[in-house]
Amino acid sequence: MSFVNLNDNNLQKRLSREFRFKVYCIMAMTFALGFVLFLFTSIFSTGYSAFYKTMIPIEISLSSVVSDSNSFALMTNEEINDLSIYSLSKKNIYNLFPNITDRKEKKEILKIFSYEFEDEIKNFLKDNKENINDINIIYLTASDDIDQLHKGNFPRDIPEKRRRLSDLQLSFYDELILENKIETEFNFPFFTRGDSREPELAGIGGALAGSFFTIIVVLILSLPFGLLAAIYLQEFAPQNKFTDFIEININNLAAVPSIVFGLLGLGILLNTFGMPRSTALVGGVTLSLMTLPTIIIATRAALRAVPPSIREAALAVGATRMQAVMHHVVPVAMPGSLTGAIIGIAQALGETAPLLLIGMVAFVVDVPSTPVDPSASLPVQIYLWAESAERGFVEKTSATIMMLLGLLIILNLTAVIIRRKFETKW
Amino acid sequence: MKFIKLMSLIIFGVSLFTVSANARDTIKIVGSSTVYPYATVVAERFGKSKFNTPIIESTGTGGGMKLFCAGVGTEHPDITNASRKIKNEEIALCAKNGVTDIIEITIGNDGLTLAHSLDAANANFNQEQLFLALAEKIPSNGKLIDNPYVKWSDIDSSLPNHKIEILIAPPTSGTRDAWNSLIMVKGCKASGAYKIWETEGENAKKKCSIVREDGGAIEAGENDTLIVQKLAEDPERFGYFGYSYLLANEDKIKASSIAGIQPSLEGIQDYSYPIARPLQFYVKKAHVGVVPGIKEFLKIFTSEDAMGPDGYLTDIGLVALDDVSADAVRSAAINLETLK
Repeated sequence: MSFVNLNDNNLQKRLSREFRFKVYCIMAMTFALGFVLFLFTSIFSTGYSAFYKTMIPIEISLSSVVSDSNSFALMTNEEINDLSIYSLSKKNIYNLFPNITDRKEKKEILKIFSYEFEDEIKNFLKDNKENINDINIIYLTASDDIDQLHKGNFPRDIPEKRRRLSDLQLSFYDELILENKIETEFNFPFFTRGDSREPELAGIGGALAGSFFTIIVVLILSLPFGLLAAIYLQEFAPQNKFTDFIEININNLAAVPSIVFGLLGLGILLNTFGMPRSTALVGGVTLSLMTLPTIIIATRAALRAVPPSIREAALAVGATRMQAVMHHVVPVAMPGSLTGAIIGIAQALGETAPLLLIGMVAFVVDVPSTPVDPSASLPVQIYLWAESAERGFVEKTSATIMMLLGLLIILNLTAVIIRRKFETKW
Repeated sequence: MKFIKLMSLIIFGVSLFTVSANARDTIKIVGSSTVYPYATVVAERFGKSKFNTPIIESTGTGGGMKLFCAGVGTEHPDITNASRKIKNEEIALCAKNGVTDIIEITIGNDGLTLAHSLDAANANFNQEQLFLALAEKIPSNGKLIDNPYVKWSDIDSSLPNHKIEILIAPPTSGTRDAWNSLIMVKGCKASGAYKIWETEGENAKKKCSIVREDGGAIEAGENDTLIVQKLAEDPERFGYFGYSYLLANEDKIKASSIAGIQPSLEGIQDYSYPIARPLQFYVKKAHVGVVPGIKEFLKIFTSEDAMGPDGYLTDIGLVALDDVSADAVRSAAINLETLK
């Protein structure tokens, strides 16, 4: 019997079997890729429009507030805040459509702007104190209905009663378009502002800060504890039933559904220890319980991959166990355990279920500045906006998903790069 | 090692933080998802004054009551929103935990809206028909039997000729409670089932509210936006929620008439629309003065600008109180009148 039989009748059969197998594999991969592509296109196509917003320039004359427009240069921000310019702003907005005189119809003009126009004008004054003229062009944020109409998300050809915008408001819009007075600009406030009930004003700044603090707390808690526990279990602990028991439990913990950690956080952190509800601190502690086993398992695997010869060499020249471990084994295992840590953090970043139970599903307008301020987090913000009735939140929801996906991709990429760059091959 | 020392210092610092955080200077609000949109709008404007913006959690009316009644002290919420009146057992629970002085503020009215897709034909139901469509047991010849109706037209030939499918709110929701008392119990009485339950010695109100579990009633969660989407997809489905969701989505869905009446601002205000209900929130009097801003928050919430007929809350679907009730609520808010 020969090993190479070129006339083997089976060969063709075996080769075509291999070919079929490859086709199946490629089909499976295309299928999975197709899903990802579908998800991404559906999110991106609804979400990209949230990154720009609709603005309407208006002329504001301030002559009735101050005698000389140069005097703004001498005013402090507080003094500008105390100016009463509400009715003046309204008058100037009405001037956009001078032939509208009816009181009710005038109110409809106001409704094409965001309700915060007074603050926007004041902010303009604060930012441009030195350069205030008698007549200033100020860009005001359009209301979410106009914004959505401009982005093509509202149908126009349906009866007036079923539309959010009245016929009159539509005619305003058309007039503004003719005069080139509807402009779009990059939605910078979307990244800095907190939540709002008005879609045109809502931003993910609060959620970003909340997620940031949560992740910091997770890092502070789970990284040192996870590393120390893993080093002890792998390098120092004796092999006996007790350590086996601990190991099984850690592996189990990694598989526990995250909502259970939420219940734990609610029962112990909030009810027993009385930690403040809805804060990044509690969220972080709860989530670090979840990341801890991931980090321990990854670190142990990394330590196990370090060849025993390294330890033995160190011990042979008289190093203590700790010296051998800390000077020689841990540095080599670091890339592996950091990768594990980053993956754990990425998990924590995208987690919602436990946060629902500890009250992080809250309407928080002020951007948190410490971990003990009430805050939301990115996934929770997605959940909250998905629930809101206003149409403008649909694109905001998708845009937030895009941000979260982006962060996750960056984290996972970092993990890959660290592993590639610093991993030692034996 | 330096590293370990540093870490333990940080952990110590964080735990100190926690202790100091227990004195609170931000109002905390929990409760109904129906009142949530209104409360958040007021909170946002309130936050522009010298006070912090209140934190609002949407927990459902029942969940909110549980948190609210857990005790007095800054770790407990100050205000709970409710899409129904507080129940006696909840008052008792509150009292047990030391929460005795509760202020009730009615902010306006809401109409439960039974809605379906714009593509469907207009529909009109009365409470008895809705009860017969949803209940687990219905009366037949003086006895209670399992609900046999599959199609609406089985109940009455005037009703649509397709499968019964209603998306219902979860049991913890105040909207579900309101639906139970305004539709299920009334329909139960009209159909005669109520009397049968009573003669059997059962708690008739409870028994009337039990819904069928064979697919006709689908529990849809607190997310009303999702319900709107599901209704728009399938013209044979019905679902119910607060009036504000109808107003915001009139390009996708429309309301069914209840006993021949369409929901409208006027009908909900004077309760001629049969399934209107008041919306309110409850305030812990013991927290007034402890957590800064509660009094001012009540004032701004009950102001003409907010809940008045031309206020910004009516823009998003709240139906304003009539002038007399509004004045009564305002004086209650200023004088901090508690529930008797």
